[in-house]
Amino acid sequence: MKQKDKVGSNDRFGGFGGKFVPETLMSAISELEEAYLSASQNPGFLSELDSLSKTYAGRPTPLTLAKTLTKKAGGATIYLKREDLAHTGAHKINNALGQALLAKRMGKTRIIAETGAGQHGVATATVCALLGMECHVYMGEEDIERQAPNVFRMKLLGANVIPVSSGSKTLKDAVNEAMRDWVTNVSNTYYLIGSVVGPHPYPTMVRDFQKIIGEEIKEQLRELEGKLPDYLIACVGGGSNAIGMFYPFEKDTSVKFIGVEAGGSGIESGAHAATLVAGTPGVLHGSYSMLLQDQWGQVIETHSISAGLDYPGVGPEHAYYKDIGRAEYTSVTDEEALEGFQLLSESEGIIPALESSHAIIFGTKLASTLNKSDIMVINLSGRGDKDIDTVARLQNVSL
Amino acid sequence: MNRVKDLFKSTKENGRAALSMYVTAGYPNLDASYSIIKSAIDAGVDIVELGVPYSDPLADGTTIQNASTAALSNGVTLQDCIDLAVSLRAASPNTPIVLMGYYNPFLQYGIENLSKECGLAGIDGLIVPDLPPEESGVLQDALNLHGLDLIYLLAPTSDAARVEQVIRRTTSFIYCVSVTGVTGARSTIEADGLELVSQVKEETEFPVALGFGISTPAHVREASGVADAVIVGSAFVDKINNDLEGDLPKVIATYVDELREAL
Repeated sequence: MKQKDKVGSNDRFGGFGGKFVPETLMSAISELEEAYLSASQNPGFLSELDSLSKTYAGRPTPLTLAKTLTKKAGGATIYLKREDLAHTGAHKINNALGQALLAKRMGKTRIIAETGAGQHGVATATVCALLGMECHVYMGEEDIERQAPNVFRMKLLGANVIPVSSGSKTLKDAVNEAMRDWVTNVSNTYYLIGSVVGPHPYPTMVRDFQKIIGEEIKEQLRELEGKLPDYLIACVGGGSNAIGMFYPFEKDTSVKFIGVEAGGSGIESGAHAATLVAGTPGVLHGSYSMLLQDQWGQVIETHSISAGLDYPGVGPEHAYYKDIGRAEYTSVTDEEALEGFQLLSESEGIIPALESSHAIIFGTKLASTLNKSDIMVINLSGRGDKDIDTVARLQNVSL
Repeated sequence: MNRVKDLFKSTKENGRAALSMYVTAGYPNLDASYSIIKSAIDAGVDIVELGVPYSDPLADGTTIQNASTAALSNGVTLQDCIDLAVSLRAASPNTPIVLMGYYNPFLQYGIENLSKECGLAGIDGLIVPDLPPEESGVLQDALNLHGLDLIYLLAPTSDAARVEQVIRRTTSFIYCVSVTGVTGARSTIEADGLELVSQVKEETEFPVALGFGISTPAHVREASGVADAVIVGSAFVDKINNDLEGDLPKVIATYVDELREAL
């Protein structure tokens, strides 16, 4: 049954979103909502964030013309938005900086976070080191296994990495454990969620901290091409890099949005994480959105080669974009993602994260069917150094 | 007939608090759940909370998480929980039975269909820990239409406005959470929880129950001094865990005796 549509209500995207959390957290969520509203209109807060974004995170990130890739595809001109060049190697730093500054403003001393690929955990550990805050990162045991370099990075940065052994031992379970920690330590603890998921106001707030990606693209492309892009392509796990890229173009209806989900071993195999492609509406981790679940409403285990996309839910604003047809969502398999990983490394001298490799391969294939006058931007959400072990293992190479 | 109202009328007349039992339905299996609960009712449990197993129980500690995972791997569904309630209702016409579970399984069953089926099964209400009053309108309307109640939770972190909001929506009793935290046995009852019950009772005539972390006769004694009902959950599941090969109905009946004496 569909939730009552509350279009226009500020905690909903169409019918999606809301706050489905235990009573214990409701006051904390209201406090967060008020603090965020006030901070987002406070010149001091905004200028501190802006200054750190420039001098610490390395913004604006470049928009790189992918010459060889464009030539190989033989269709649309392909640009890459280089979030891989942001400090810590992914777009995650944008949100971590914003939320950590907010936490500090709220007087919270203890930061908790969940992480899948480890990119959000590293970003959070980084800003906590910068701002002198205590940091605890929940990470599924399976992810700890496949993302060992990021685990070591977080420890170097002074964070406490807490292994999660419940459920599928991946991102979903790390979120559950972080929520339990939050419920228990809500008075002094700030939960720094890494994607556009969770209860309101997180999906809105995280989008706002990530929308700098799309704003920069708009500005950079105006200078380079003097026009808007025709296609924006991004991978979608929880969906923060994608929404950050899409949102500033929401009203520019000529710009097509395509989100690429993790097709794993193929949609028909059932072993995938393509929530928008194959899911149904439901409630997980505090919001009503699309969900991979069985007929009884139990969340099912997902599979993806990339830990950052291995999640059965998705941000409610993406569910809304799909519902109203503003964005299209598709998926590519593990195998195709590896092809994208190899392709970008060889063609452009850029090793992409396995997450971003999904967008790379889909975008390149799509570009080959488009006109030469079309302009496509692919969000290169992160660098692939963290994935070297995984890829080497698949190629039977021992490092 | 309203079983919940009748119960609290009777416990009030007898000058004691009610004892409520939570167990995860289908743990260790559905037949065992039936015998355990039947035995507990015979030994003096006043209210039964049937826990609906869920894959992502984010308000629960490890005891209930593990029981939930085990029940799910036995293939237990929401339909099984409703069917279990039907059997229990046949065995005990007057004991209030409520389902306690996370929102998504209820939502997927279909809110209207769920309310109807629960009504037919003789279930008295639902407790949904991840459904605060801000989101509960659709479910509460449907349940009320079929004569069931939605039981709201309050926590030590709930401010006066939230307490008032819950009281306004309450039709049955209020579930106060004794700790700022997840379910699971603890060594003491926090003063915050007892204080919350006293505060809420000042504001309403509806019965107020206290749960989370209550595991010993001493806890029950302390809680029953202020609350109209005392809820024991994880401690029952722990008892089951500790005696999986034993005579569970007997073990549980003995435990209920101890708790009842402490009321």
